[in-house]
Amino acid sequence: MDGLIFDIAHLLAGGLVLVSFMMLYQDRLYALLNVYALHALVLALSVAWQAFAQDAPHLYVTALIALVFKAIIIPVALHRMIARLGIHREIETVVGIGPTMLAGMGLVALSMVVMLRVTAAADPMAREDLAFALAVVLLGLLMMVTRRNAVSQVVGFMSLENGLVLAATGARGMPLVVEISVAFSILIALIVIGIMLFRIRERFDTVDVHALDRFRGERR
Amino acid sequence: MSGLSFDQVQAILFIPLAAAALLGFIVNYRLGARINVLACLLTLLVALSLFVTGAPPVGAYFLIDELNIVFIALNTFVGFTTAVFSASYIGHELAIGRLTPTYLRFYHAMYQLLLFAMNLALVANNVGLMWVAIEIATLTTVIMVGLYRSHEALEAAWKYFILGSVGIALALFGTILFYMAAQPVVGEGLDAMTWTVLIARVAEFDGALINVAFIFLLLGYGTKVGLAPVHAWLPDAHAEGPTPSSAVLSGLLLNVALYAVLRFKMLMAANPEAIAPGPLMITMGLVSLIFAAFMLYRRRDIKRMFAYSSIEHMGIITFAFGMGGPVANFAGLLHMVMHSLTKSAIFFAVGHIAQAKGTQKIADIRGLTESHPWLGWGLVIGVVAISGLPPLGIFMSEFLVVTSTFAQEPLLAIPLVIGLLVAFGALMLRLNSLAFGAPRGNSAPVKASYVPMYAHLSLVLIAGVYLPAPLVSWFQHIAALLG
Repeated sequence: MDGLIFDIAHLLAGGLVLVSFMMLYQDRLYALLNVYALHALVLALSVAWQAFAQDAPHLYVTALIALVFKAIIIPVALHRMIARLGIHREIETVVGIGPTMLAGMGLVALSMVVMLRVTAAADPMAREDLAFALAVVLLGLLMMVTRRNAVSQVVGFMSLENGLVLAATGARGMPLVVEISVAFSILIALIVIGIMLFRIRERFDTVDVHALDRFRGERR
Repeated sequence: MSGLSFDQVQAILFIPLAAAALLGFIVNYRLGARINVLACLLTLLVALSLFVTGAPPVGAYFLIDELNIVFIALNTFVGFTTAVFSASYIGHELAIGRLTPTYLRFYHAMYQLLLFAMNLALVANNVGLMWVAIEIATLTTVIMVGLYRSHEALEAAWKYFILGSVGIALALFGTILFYMAAQPVVGEGLDAMTWTVLIARVAEFDGALINVAFIFLLLGYGTKVGLAPVHAWLPDAHAEGPTPSSAVLSGLLLNVALYAVLRFKMLMAANPEAIAPGPLMITMGLVSLIFAAFMLYRRRDIKRMFAYSSIEHMGIITFAFGMGGPVANFAGLLHMVMHSLTKSAIFFAVGHIAQAKGTQKIADIRGLTESHPWLGWGLVIGVVAISGLPPLGIFMSEFLVVTSTFAQEPLLAIPLVIGLLVAFGALMLRLNSLAFGAPRGNSAPVKASYVPMYAHLSLVLIAGVYLPAPLVSWFQHIAALLG
């Protein structure tokens, strides 16, 4: 039984990394949002499995938050926002998809090497979780730097936060305070972003961050 | 912590929070500004009363010790003076139509929420709670920076939001790793995140794991301190937001993030297996100092220039704490206090100058000492102080940093001194054109409050000439604690 529990946890956490990779090569905003919803769904399953495996019922709350807010409410809200802004066209990527995927693989390898080495003494399940979580965090970062569009940067940031939730649930018995705060921070972040996007819309008629760069404070 | 008794720690958290809620509903901006000042004054008084009554007992969530009481006193004091400055600053912004009363309501509420978040980060005895507080502080400042809604302000806020969130995410990952290291030793649950428990048991933690954790924490919180190479948000955020928010950012928020780094540095120092955190901090500090010193030469925007000067000084402070030892820690602590006071005074002056001249471009501002003598001379004193000339306080702290470096690592003193001199040259060059010569641009008098600015500057002057013995022995005690 123990082996099965571990395998399923491993599968779900690995699945999260895989979905992170899928996000890297999406070049349409709607598709990106759908993959993000899948990401959040896998996260919810993974957290729920951890709750079962660790016999920690409070983690079900975290799983529920992930399911309701991240897999449903946020994608729907962003979907509407994109429709209202009329920007559902292609995403420009700064670097091509090939190099991005290669860089992503490098990052995953890096996180395995670093985390598995330093957590040799920890419980194996937490160890795998942490290594995968770091991979998800780094892939989220990668996505943020390779995208120009403000919405896809935000999605990258949210996938990064999913990685953090995975790490937090993997750490056995971590106080709930932190998990809820992560969920709340996403919500607050969305509000901030919402305000931002609408302000950006008012002023520039685009959410391309490159358009923002033109207005740098210090032109010569 | 029984329900009825209300200790001071709860009060310094509750007053700003209640004020934030109240200010959200106050339409009249004059009344709002007054309530803002009053709430800050009350918080300051409560914070000062901690010195009289002594620290309350350590709880599971809150902690007052010799280290954070310095930060709390500084935080509430500069928060109060900035509120006074802000009251006269926003009147003018409203008059010229850069802000509307609705936004002001929002601005005041955010100001108090920011103070609440910073106080919470300082008193937190739980590393998770500290992280939450710093995240709230980041979000409120993002909103404040974007307040003017101009192109530049939005770009600055966006950049700050993205970089700040990434930093804060890395810090959370570091916090989780620290919990993972603590959990086998301390046990599951709240205790493994309580700082007082951690410091007592940290020697038994797995060294390799907390090494990785510290690197994440240093990079994450270092983003908020404004250390190079993760400083890119800082100049934009300072230049484009309302000036009171620049003063609070430079004077306080950078310190709060540094405080978080210091707490973890103390934990690292107590573990024999862990790497020494010093060299990492020294490297980041030196890189920030030298980079910012050279960047100072090419600035065309006055607020942006002083933002780079903040990076420079945070670099010096991080360097000093990284160097460690009683003298360098003492110097770092003193430098931090002096920098907060001086830099916020400079921003008070710069805010009114930009209003009087109607521009932030350095090239369009000349001869301030003739056209606006009070502001001009305030700026002169402030810049003289910040560039480290005697007899002001920063001279003393920089001198101590340099001498302790010579004593411990003579070779490191060379880049340190070069950085200081380069920054000094840049500031003097700009000061000359800003303050002297024939006045250029608008010379109409401006309604300004000089009290906060000169109050800060005189404190800096007094500290440079004479430091009271109790203060010295108190700082020495903290320096010893920091190791």
